[in-house]
Amino acid sequence: MTAVEERTSTLGTSVKRKEDASLLRGLGTYVENLTLPGTVFMAVVRSPYPHARIKSVDVSAAQGAAGVLAAFSGTDLAEDWAGGLPCAWPVTEDIKMPAHYPLATDEARFQGDGVAVVVAESRALVKDAAELVAVEYEELPSVADVEKALEEGASLVHSDLGTNECYVWKLESEGGVDDAIAAADVVVTCQYRQPRLIPNAIEPRGVLAQVGPTDEVTLWSATQVPHILRFALQLVVGIPESKIRVIAPDVGGGFGSKLNVYAEEALAVALAKRLRRPVKWIEERSENYVATIHGRDVVHELTFAATKDGEITAVKSVATCAMGAYLQLVTPGIPLLGAWIYSGPYDIPHYSVTFTGVFTNTTPTDAYRGAGRPEATYVLERTMDALARELGMDPIELRRKNFVKEFPHTMASGLTIDSGNYEASLDALLEHLDLGSIRADQAERRSSKDSKQIGVGFSTYNEMCGLAPSRILGAIRYAVGGWDAATIRFQPLGSVQVVTGTSPHGQSHETTWAQIVASELGVEVDDIEVLHGDTAVSQLGMDTYGSRSLAVGGMALWHASQKVVAKAKAIVAHQLEVSEDDLEFANGTFSVKGSPDRSMDIKAVAFQAHAAHNLPDGMEPGLEETATYDPANFSWPGGAHAAVVEVDTETGDARLVRYVAVDDVGNAVNPQIVDGQVHGGITQGIAAALYEEGAYDEAGNLLTTNMLTYLVPSAAELPSYETDRTETAADNPLGVKGVGETGTIASAPAVVNAVVDALSHLGVTDVGLPATPERVWRAIEEVAS
Amino acid sequence: MRHVALTVNGARHEVDVEPRELLVYVLRERLGLTGTNVGCDTSSCGSCTVLVNGESVKSCTMLGVQADGLEITTIEGLARNGSLHPIQQAFHDHHALQCGFCTPGMVLAAASLVDHGQATSKAAIREGLEGNLCRCTGYHNIVEAVAEVAGVTS
Repeated sequence: MTAVEERTSTLGTSVKRKEDASLLRGLGTYVENLTLPGTVFMAVVRSPYPHARIKSVDVSAAQGAAGVLAAFSGTDLAEDWAGGLPCAWPVTEDIKMPAHYPLATDEARFQGDGVAVVVAESRALVKDAAELVAVEYEELPSVADVEKALEEGASLVHSDLGTNECYVWKLESEGGVDDAIAAADVVVTCQYRQPRLIPNAIEPRGVLAQVGPTDEVTLWSATQVPHILRFALQLVVGIPESKIRVIAPDVGGGFGSKLNVYAEEALAVALAKRLRRPVKWIEERSENYVATIHGRDVVHELTFAATKDGEITAVKSVATCAMGAYLQLVTPGIPLLGAWIYSGPYDIPHYSVTFTGVFTNTTPTDAYRGAGRPEATYVLERTMDALARELGMDPIELRRKNFVKEFPHTMASGLTIDSGNYEASLDALLEHLDLGSIRADQAERRSSKDSKQIGVGFSTYNEMCGLAPSRILGAIRYAVGGWDAATIRFQPLGSVQVVTGTSPHGQSHETTWAQIVASELGVEVDDIEVLHGDTAVSQLGMDTYGSRSLAVGGMALWHASQKVVAKAKAIVAHQLEVSEDDLEFANGTFSVKGSPDRSMDIKAVAFQAHAAHNLPDGMEPGLEETATYDPANFSWPGGAHAAVVEVDTETGDARLVRYVAVDDVGNAVNPQIVDGQVHGGITQGIAAALYEEGAYDEAGNLLTTNMLTYLVPSAAELPSYETDRTETAADNPLGVKGVGETGTIASAPAVVNAVVDALSHLGVTDVGLPATPERVWRAIEEVAS
Repeated sequence: MRHVALTVNGARHEVDVEPRELLVYVLRERLGLTGTNVGCDTSSCGSCTVLVNGESVKSCTMLGVQADGLEITTIEGLARNGSLHPIQQAFHDHHALQCGFCTPGMVLAAASLVDHGQATSKAAIREGLEGNLCRCTGYHNIVEAVAEVAGVTS
């Protein structure tokens, strides 16, 4: 054994999570667990009607109730707002942007719209008092369905806008997609409805606001976006950002639903300012179903043109997308996040996408895991199967034939995929799947007319994530940038603080960020503490969403590491009196080439940097570096998924039997954590395929009002998953891509394709979402009759 | 107010509670044991699962006054002498938690399942944990963790 043992990098290994020590012992710091001396509790009174004129709000009884400090209507608080709740993504110049204040004043426009607020000494007392607020409503006509909302004579969500159409946005490749369709051998057009999905982070939202005597604000919020929230709060409450500290403590899941700026965050600050008491609000689950954003609710028509041997020549998508009653932070932009990938992993030369955003009397939509990309991938991958049927071609071969095979690849939609190998993922998938035995089982059951049929469905996908290059965001009218920031700070005695601008809420950044820094600086993972989620600690950052944290924030960390090493190297060269070129750095030690006994450990350098007794002339003391990183491109994961489903043809019950996923997410920093992200993502897509539907009646009354009627799947509904990876390094120094949303993007079409495949011998070609027993049974009955 | 005496994690407590107060809020707000989380208002999610006289119970389905004289174990009482309970350790080893919010309830439900000899297969574990929802993990690693402790492989 040599004196210096080869140090093994922890990059690419499944280091166990640092986060677990507290979370496993019940020591999480979720907002509900935090209370300050003098804390009072807030409750929001919400409209029971989808659309109603607020004729009067009488808070006097509530004000007189036990323990009540204050009760206000929307009108009472109208002067408290410097502006409305912001929408940061006006996707077109002529987009309709309705005013949206934390409480409604004239009309309530969806069931759950806040109309009054009460503050009392305890959670129980505030609930009692909220029931005493007397609101006189005059019901107004309402509309919940996006297509009906666009019909002539439809009732208007915002009468002052004169229309329910929020915007029309188009993206079209040069060369005329309609000509390509007209000239094609085969044209397939399919319609799809993707229902509302309710994100259901298991921790509901929560807020605790404290406002000091000179209006210095501390806001604890169950948010994914403390930095964006701080910025937005100035716009709403009028207190300068420099006085606002936002803390995202432990956050119990988000999935996009906590990527927002919510009324309750502004209300808690405004009331804490008025009352000079800390104000706390904890969302109840049934409240979450109306007061937290929903996802999806899109109607699509997708057209493929192809040659008779299966070469796809054009894709055209026309989609009608629900905004809900108001525009939340990025509501109008959600469809755009899928706009460039309606060609998926396929090389399709002619391309056209049109979105019409529509107001309805419903809870606003916004980002839900995948955000735009599941919508696009669902219609794309379902239509791939429809085209295969039309051509009489194997759906796998159709996909393989049309794959992009050379990278980088500039798509007809205009963006460039840096890396990938879709065939490798598909090959690995087929190796795991053993399709031959599944087809044999299927043939056997068909010939014996078994009441339980099986089917297998595929989805080969890519996605654009890692939000995002700031210039591109600017070009598509997103209000802010997509960069991120990191600071690496050596303490004098050699331990390391890492400050990240990302804001994890389950994604394990405390562990994986430590792995990256440990690897680059040659220190131990346990020497590193990752600090996040507090704007007083992490001044710079753009937070966590859109599978951006590793591909953007992780890269910022890598760049900060290089700066730390560069400074340390200059110190070592100075102290050892050698040229920097004569130094090499490995495993945390700088040594003189050819003279390994002349060396300095980076921790010793950190001490020297702080002592500052002998630094190069002009060098600032300390060993701390910050880097911001703005990616040049999106991140482009991809892969191949397959679902095997057993369908009871008598009851319509479809059960997932197997799920196999092979993803290319670039280099995996921590494979176990990557697998965890894939498992969770897949599950939310399976849930969309088989179980979950946020249903409204025609008027806009939410029918699925809690976890009893909206079926978040449990372990009992799901199989164990079979996952694997193929890795093509992304075009960045770590070779990493995003992973948080891949599973959700890929899985729903694989599952529904499998349900259809199970019933294809009966003539079934489509089953609506979600493929509940009733829908499957009706699909069977329809073709039988 | 009603006077209630209960034993939580081996320590006896006497507290005055409102008749309408749920056990979960007695634990969280009167005793400061905030490891037991509240994730829904329909007894669906299982985040508030605790052990009551050794049986797994959603603590939002019991009133505090009903806990008079009973022994309760919460997530804070599971680790002994600084060592994680085998279920907690297996959750750590198998990455069976992400955001951690459902974890206390999931761990206690799983511990009860194993203690009662009901974790006889992965399928039985899945059925046994049906009342505990997790939105992050897709349950795959939770099932692996519980299976390891129960000594089942399929």
